[in-house]
Amino acid sequence: MFAEIFFIAASLVAVFSALAMLIARSPVQSALWLILVMLCVAGLYVTLNAAFIAVVQVLVYAGAIMVLFLFVIMLLNLSAVPEIDRIDGKKVTGFILFTVILAQLVYVTATTSESLSSAVVSAESGSALNIAEALFTRYVLPFEIIGILLLVATVGAVILAKRTFE
Amino acid sequence: MGIPLTWYLTLSAVLFSIGVMGVLYRSNLIVILMSIELMLNAVNLTLVAFAQFMGNVSGQILVFFVISVAAAEAAIGLAIVIAIFRNKLTVDVNDIKLFRH
Repeated sequence: MFAEIFFIAASLVAVFSALAMLIARSPVQSALWLILVMLCVAGLYVTLNAAFIAVVQVLVYAGAIMVLFLFVIMLLNLSAVPEIDRIDGKKVTGFILFTVILAQLVYVTATTSESLSSAVVSAESGSALNIAEALFTRYVLPFEIIGILLLVATVGAVILAKRTFE
Repeated sequence: MGIPLTWYLTLSAVLFSIGVMGVLYRSNLIVILMSIELMLNAVNLTLVAFAQFMGNVSGQILVFFVISVAAAEAAIGLAIVIAIFRNKLTVDVNDIKLFRH
């Protein structure tokens, strides 16, 4: 019973924060609302017994990535160029596409609910031990490739940010 | 007794749709990147819910990789934003027309 109440509270806060991120005026406010969404999603991972993923979510997303976003926003001094609100075809198209995608996804979820409506298995498969066992035996090659990808991305980001195009 | 899988799927659908709307609705390049991160988060939630539903750890490994790729994507994307801002002095996607003569 406690898990259901926690799920409903966390999901309501997540949806509200996502909408607030969408309509916030300044990019800094958007970033702060997005951090709240990510913390709520981390709490939902805990209700799924995925403790390791929840910790990684808080460390990498709410920690590293959002600090990078805030750093870039402050570096660019974006408050000097406020966004002008104008309703054009792009925004109307965006709203229509939002409605269509949401209706489609909810329709798929609702029509297949007979086979999926049973409760999520509360196995002990989300601990760091189980993830490490799979990560360093069966998935060790993708793990190394991800390491190379991160190295290439770091070098590429440094070169892109340093270079001046003419 | 526990939380049904459909609750997680519905919440993921709502968050993903809000991310799509953010990409199409906002014209600030940094907010568009943040909306992409929101969409990745929604998909990650679906993956973890299905992995626990199946009793399989592979889905969580995939989420781990998605988070790593999202970190790389954010670093590269923000470097591109800085490079564009240095040239055009704006991050509004309506003012960036590199391919238009």
